[in-house]
Amino acid sequence: MSSDLTNVFAAKMLPKRELFSPGHRACQGCAPALAMRYMLKALGPDTIICNSTGCIEIISSSYPESAWGVPWIHVAFENSAAVASGVEAGLKAMMRKGRIPQRKITVLAQAGDGGSMDIGLQAISGALERGHDMIYMCYDNEAYMNTGIQRSSGTPWGAATTTSPAGTQSSGQNTWKKSLAEIAVAHHIPYVATACVSYPFDFMEKLKKAAAVNGPALIHVFAPCPTGWRCASDIAIRLGRLAVQTAAFPLYEVVDGKFRITQNVPHLKPLKLYLGPQGRYNHLTDDQIEYLQGELRRRYGLLVAKAEASQE
Amino acid sequence: MGTRKGMEVSIGIAEAVMMADVDVIPAYPITPQTHIVEHLSELVADGHLDAEFVPVESEHSAMSCCCGSVAAGARTFTATSSQGLALMHEILFIASGMRLPMVMAVANRSLSAPISIWNDHGDVMAARDTGWMQIFVENGQEAYDHMMWAFRVSEDHDVLLPIMVNFDGFILSHVVEPIEVWSPEEVKQFLPPYKPPYRLDVDKPWTFGAVGIPDIYLETRMAHNEALIDSQKVMEKAWDEMAEVVGRKYSVLENYKTDDADIVFLTMGGISETCMTAVDQMRDEGKKVGVIRLRMWRPFPFAEVAKELGGRKVVLAVDRALSTGGCGGPVASEIKAALYPLDKRPQVVEFIAGLGGRDVTIGDFKEMYDKGAAVAAGGAVPPYEMVGVRA
Repeated sequence: MSSDLTNVFAAKMLPKRELFSPGHRACQGCAPALAMRYMLKALGPDTIICNSTGCIEIISSSYPESAWGVPWIHVAFENSAAVASGVEAGLKAMMRKGRIPQRKITVLAQAGDGGSMDIGLQAISGALERGHDMIYMCYDNEAYMNTGIQRSSGTPWGAATTTSPAGTQSSGQNTWKKSLAEIAVAHHIPYVATACVSYPFDFMEKLKKAAAVNGPALIHVFAPCPTGWRCASDIAIRLGRLAVQTAAFPLYEVVDGKFRITQNVPHLKPLKLYLGPQGRYNHLTDDQIEYLQGELRRRYGLLVAKAEASQE
Repeated sequence: MGTRKGMEVSIGIAEAVMMADVDVIPAYPITPQTHIVEHLSELVADGHLDAEFVPVESEHSAMSCCCGSVAAGARTFTATSSQGLALMHEILFIASGMRLPMVMAVANRSLSAPISIWNDHGDVMAARDTGWMQIFVENGQEAYDHMMWAFRVSEDHDVLLPIMVNFDGFILSHVVEPIEVWSPEEVKQFLPPYKPPYRLDVDKPWTFGAVGIPDIYLETRMAHNEALIDSQKVMEKAWDEMAEVVGRKYSVLENYKTDDADIVFLTMGGISETCMTAVDQMRDEGKKVGVIRLRMWRPFPFAEVAKELGGRKVVLAVDRALSTGGCGGPVASEIKAALYPLDKRPQVVEFIAGLGGRDVTIGDFKEMYDKGAAVAAGGAVPPYEMVGVRA
């Protein structure tokens, strides 16, 4: 990784131009929409977006309006990685054959957690394995929010959704959140990172690194959804920060297989601080919160160990 | 005049795709289409074709990848069969709805279950209403010629729709035939490079695949339908010009010994060749019989079908697919729809033949003729018959 990519960002150094324009139809306090804004500030106008069906697609592209200041294509739900494969291959062939000028263009495919971890996983795996020079970005709001807050394999343990409700026989989602970044790492691609909208400069730096590598990169960006998480619309950023500080969503990057924690949290905060403001966790007992906190911390310990081992 | 070479039809198709100078080939193996993409990967590996060969992980991703590469502005080809076409199904509608021109060779094969790798038209009939142009070819030469033709029609700015070139799996795909290959000059004369009116261009950003609210969806579908119907004119013009370049003339439907025929077969695909041989033999026996081979399936040539069949006594409609629990044969169903408005309609006797690779012989056609002759003589029209089915 060249050193000029690891510059520290500052708000005033960011481009003023909004390539994801305001006036779209996202809910109040939508963090995924913010992720789009940051993403295009980092990647700039020479970017092509391949979008899966989902919240971002639906809120940004209602004909005859479009929020996108860059070329943008939506084909279907489960296939943005495959569509991006085609865009990348098409540009490569046409540049090589002199049909269009040689130029660095970033191709980014994206979907939500359901479009990535459930229905789109095969297409992502295929695109990563084939080595296309593209970025795959999952904006993770931890359920199928567009269709009405149904559980996905990105929904965390204990969260209540409309298809994993809390009830007398259930404590909400009873399975573990899928580790998309770890799945990407298993494809031996040059760059994988987790990110969070609450850490915008970390997120944008990772996008720039992802665009700079020759080959596939995957970014899993955590993006709170006040509507789906049953919380106030002005606390998405605070929740994102707490998710990182409680190890519910640690931030790290994996460069050529080497792990590095990018937001060290030497003293993890109590998980209750993160869960408390969210209605989706209202039903959890203290024992259940304790259990969840223990498991998240155990996993964070494993991540720290991997990062330490990567330095050796 | 190009050179004549003996080659497997699948290889011929791949060679024609190379001549068309495609940019991207998303490919997934499925029998009996596989030889096409295998040979294309060889042509790329040996430097004969400068293209991106994308070995995708499924047909769903193959069609998705095609959408991406066409939207980027690249000439794109893929091939599939049967279950592969079924797996693409969702994206077929999107490729045509987004008006993305591309060419797909479909080596027609029956659908599971029971699993069968052998030929019928069940796969493409399930994709009938996907909004693609769909044509059928009968032999290796037709398959080869129609690759260049398909790119030309699909990419025409008055069309901008994807096209399926259907040919019978194994019966045609794996047969070695003499094929007259085009010279580079002939290709250059007939097929201009693809110039997309819109593409994913960072200097001119377009939004592709936007949400169609009820205010606009209907108009979009209407425009798509009109473009598909109007594609016939572009097809005909391209056939005319292809005849000027390589001397072979094709059309939406082709007649064989029909001038004085009271009874005509209506066939589609490779089965037509067997039918023509049967017609020759029956003509020797003094029977006034001919065959009309349907080449263009979507859009459906209602006017031409009505014109050609309207004056006959009996039409023997031979389908290679079954609309299960429905009308019987999908081709016969369209034929009847084309004939219904006429004052003087022929009787239509329907046959479903050759499902799952069951052979359809000259003898079978002769028996079909006898049943049609009985109707022509005043007999009742029988319900559709599954030819050769064991009791």
